[in-house]
This record gives sequence, structure tokens and C-alpha cells, in this order.
Amino acid sequence: MPEYVIIGNSAGGIGAVEAIREVDKEGSLAIISDEPYPAYSRPLISEYLAGETSLERMLYRSRDFYHENAVEAILGKKVVGVDVDGSFVTLSDGEKIEYGRLLVATGGVPFVPKMEGSDRHGVYTFTTLGDAERMASRLAGVRRAVVIGGGLIGISVTEALTKRGIVVTVVELKDRILNVILDEEGSRIAEEAVRRAGVTIMANSTVTQITGKPGGAPGVHSAVLANGDELPCDLVVVAIGVVPRVDAVVNSAIQRNRGIVVDRHMATSAPNVYACGDVAEAYDYVLDINRLTPIWPNAYLGGRIAGYNMTGRSAIYPGGTGMNSLNYFGLAIVSAGLVMPDGQQGYEVLTERRLEEGVYKKVILRDDVIMGFTFVNDIEKSGILSGLMRDKVDVGGFKQYLIADDFDLTSLPKALRKARLGPRPQPSAGAAPQEKARALAVD
Amino acid sequence: MKRIYPKEDVCIGCRLCEVHCVVEHSRSKDILKAFKRESPRPVPRVRVREDGPLSFAVQCRHCPEPYCVYSCLTGAMHRKPDGGVVHHDPERCVGCWTCVMVCPFGVLTRDVANHCIAPKCDLCPGRSTPACVAACPNEALVYAEEASYA
Repeated sequence: MPEYVIIGNSAGGIGAVEAIREVDKEGSLAIISDEPYPAYSRPLISEYLAGETSLERMLYRSRDFYHENAVEAILGKKVVGVDVDGSFVTLSDGEKIEYGRLLVATGGVPFVPKMEGSDRHGVYTFTTLGDAERMASRLAGVRRAVVIGGGLIGISVTEALTKRGIVVTVVELKDRILNVILDEEGSRIAEEAVRRAGVTIMANSTVTQITGKPGGAPGVHSAVLANGDELPCDLVVVAIGVVPRVDAVVNSAIQRNRGIVVDRHMATSAPNVYACGDVAEAYDYVLDINRLTPIWPNAYLGGRIAGYNMTGRSAIYPGGTGMNSLNYFGLAIVSAGLVMPDGQQGYEVLTERRLEEGVYKKVILRDDVIMGFTFVNDIEKSGILSGLMRDKVDVGGFKQYLIADDFDLTSLPKALRKARLGPRPQPSAGAAPQEKARALAVD
Repeated sequence: MKRIYPKEDVCIGCRLCEVHCVVEHSRSKDILKAFKRESPRPVPRVRVREDGPLSFAVQCRHCPEPYCVYSCLTGAMHRKPDGGVVHHDPERCVGCWTCVMVCPFGVLTRDVANHCIAPKCDLCPGRSTPACVAACPNEALVYAEEASYA
């Protein structure tokens, strides 16, 4: 029986392996994934589709990683069930694997709404290397594509297809693209860049039907919008969103909301079962609630914390929040935390525009603590704001500098600067540096 | 692990730390050749931050909890299993700027043309004292164990 079993071979699973092996070099460890590859950088599948990279260059860790860490990699097999009473998982081929401690790091699965023709040849989702490989192998002869959904995945696949010389139309349900990670002004800037690349954006629109080739030949003929307009195309990508991939645990006693609910130790309601990443509802330190924050960095860090706890070494998840760096179509946009005030009272919004340089900066504060920010083009000091936000530092004394073009560590008050740059466990500013350090490492 | 700490009260902003960082990371390790002959000239991995009379030098802090490593989408930003030094592998970097977004010191700079993070502090492997610290005329950079540094 493996001491440790991890379902999912991506950021969360690898984070857990690295933490477990920091503490326990001996305990047997198995990682199971239905994907056949070693862990790869999932966000790079758009570069793969664009023909700019290869699996070898996409590997998240070296090919020796599994051997060096004494990990049994069970790849190409799907976990179909978790029995928390018997402490075993069941694979699609019927094999049962017992566990001492289990991590569910199964990620997300694309949401494909009911739509006539969505099962046609030529209709794709775009979240795995397999998706990218399939699409890449069938691009010959494709001239026009429709991407349904103008979120991060939709825009990434749009860029890749554009680079391959395909004319793309993005169909977005809401009134603007990237509406989850950007405010209206950020979306407008992004839309300009996307349109400049020759992409058509149709906002406030929905695809209701994907028609096939006349005469029943395989393939896509067009996408039909709710208003009756028909967009002729050879390929459709459904990129509406991703939902937690809970199918392996759906019949188990593990408590779920939209995702698997975890505490600050990344522990689920079931004994010895942990969860992290896109499948988990974990702590968001900005909103002070548990919620889905499906981004790569949170998956890794959550996996790392889960890994420590799985070895018996107690560690507390400091929390994550929504946070994205957008570099498609020549853009450089970062956004973190709240992108817009959420309707509650007491927010203060600072903005700065230097239009000739294409710079836009926005910081959202509440009680002089940073709750979110968006930086366009001038992004190199944005990390300082991330640190201040993460540590809930009171920025009241210098908040006017946060959006200044020369904002830097020099803008911080001397005492705060010394605390952050001095020999303390990092990050260590503001309140209770001891507690901060302990929260991330070991308690 | 030893780290570099800046002392702003005695930094005069002379930028010798930057100069000697360039030399240390040049091919020739010769100050004249590094600045006059090498193309492209190496970029300093330590930068003096200034605001009026205030100045201090900052480079990668090699954080005990390195969010750049945790957040890196590709594995380019990494630590070796046995060490606390944060390394960057330009071969694996794609210039997504996620590390820039999370670095609490704002020390990572972009090489936009090459879609890559610019070379960052490596604590001068092979030297007992990093070049910037050794070159500082005012001991405004201190290389010390966290516990022993007062």
C-alpha cells in the first residue's frame, strides 16, 4: 500500500510531492493521472498549438523527477472512485489502490453547455495538451474559427489560432471579454489589442447551434448565434469556463460545495484526504472566505501545504486569491484580488492613466489595506503591491504613491522598508511577522 | 543560509555594486572588457534604488518562501532540493511575468524582446562573498546568516 497517493499530475500534485519529499524521503508515493505525459506546464498549451514549443520544452519538471523523488507514476489511468471508509481508490481498469493519505488534485474540466452540434467533429475544448495535440493535427485546411468564451482560455486559444493564420471570431456572452479578471477599462485595452490582430469580437452574444457540413460530411460548417446570425467556420472551440473535476469523488462522503471544501490544512471532511488546486474551495485571503481560485500558483502552494500535512508536519495554507498575468497579443496586464469593488461599502479606488504610454493602474483599498489591483504595461513593481496585499499591510501613510510611475521600495516608510528588507523571515512586514512566517511553514 | 542585507543609512548610491555585478557575470571578468568589448554587455542583477538622499541596493532576496518559485508556470524559477538559492533557467522561461506579479520586492525585470526574465542574482556561485558586497566601499551591503545579523 502506498503511504501517499496523489490523484492529478499537475501543479498541485507536484507541489505535494516536493513537500512530502522534503520531510519524508522514504514513504512510498504514487501519483495517478489519466493524462499520459510527465507533468507539463498547462498554460503553455497555447504555445504548443501555435507551433512554438514542444512537449519536451513544456515539461514542468525534469524527466528524472519521478525517479529522483521515488514516485511511482501511474499515467494514462483514470481514478473512477474514492472509498474513504476503505481508504482506497479505484482505477478505470478495476485496479484498487489503498492509501495512507490521499490528495485529490484533479483540477478542472471544461464546461460545455447543451448546444445542438457541440459533439461534432471539429468542436474542441482547450484545457489539456491532448486537446492542443488533437486540434493541432487537424488544422490543415482550417481558415476560420469561432471561439465561444472570451475568458483567459478563450483568448489564449484565439492568439494561438491567429498565429497559425486562422481568422478567429470570439463570441462572448457578457458585454466584454476577460470580464472576470479585468475591469471595464482593462477589458477595453485588451479588446483593442485583440482586434488589432484581426480578431472579431462579438460581445453580448451566444452560440446556440453548431451546424455540420452539407450532406452529412464530418466537420463544422457554421456557428449560429441566438439572434440568428450564422458565422461560417471550420472549427469551434468551447472555452466558456472550467468547473471542478469532481467525478472521482462524486460518490464519496467527501464534502463538496462547488468544489471540494478544504480547511487551512487543505484537509477535506474525510479523514486522511486532502484536496488542492482547481478542484478545491480553499481560503482566499482577500475576501476572507473559501472559494474556487483556479490558478496555477494557488494549486502549487495548496499542494505544497497539503503535502506537508500529509507527512504529519502541520502547515497552514496562507491563502490564495485570483491573480493573473496576461501576456497575449503583446499585452502586459496583471490583475490580482478584486478587479472591481464588489458592492460592499468602504472601498477606495485609486486610478492612474498615462494614455500615451498605454499605462493604466488601479488599486482598490479598504481600510487602507490593498484588496486588489490592475496594472497595464507598467507592471514591474506590481509584485510589491502583491506582497503588501498578501501581508495585509496598512498602506494609509503612502497609498498615494502606489499608482505613481516611480513607485518602488523607496516609497515605503522607513520602518516598513527595514522590516521587509531586514533579516526577518520573509515576507515580514506589517503586523505579526512571526505569525506570518509560521503560517507558511510549520506551526 | 547567508543572505545579502542592504543598509540604507550608509549607502551613498555610488553604484559600484552594479559595476562589480556586471564584471562578475561577464565572460572576461575584466572590468574594461566587460564594459567596453562584451556585447551584449551583462546587465547588473543588483540595482540601486534612489529617492533624493535615500539610496539602497536591492537584488533577489532569495526568500525562504519564494512566491516566484511557487507561482512559476514552467519551472524556470526554481530551487535545488538541497539549497535556498532561487535560480532562474532562461531556457525554460516564457516571459509570462507571473513571477514579476508576485515578487514582493519588485526586483525581477523583464527582457521583453526575448520573452524572458532578465538575469537575476545568483549569490555569485564560487565566491565566498558576493561581488556586490565585496565591492561596496561603505559596507552598505552585508552578507550574513539571518540569525547572526543584528
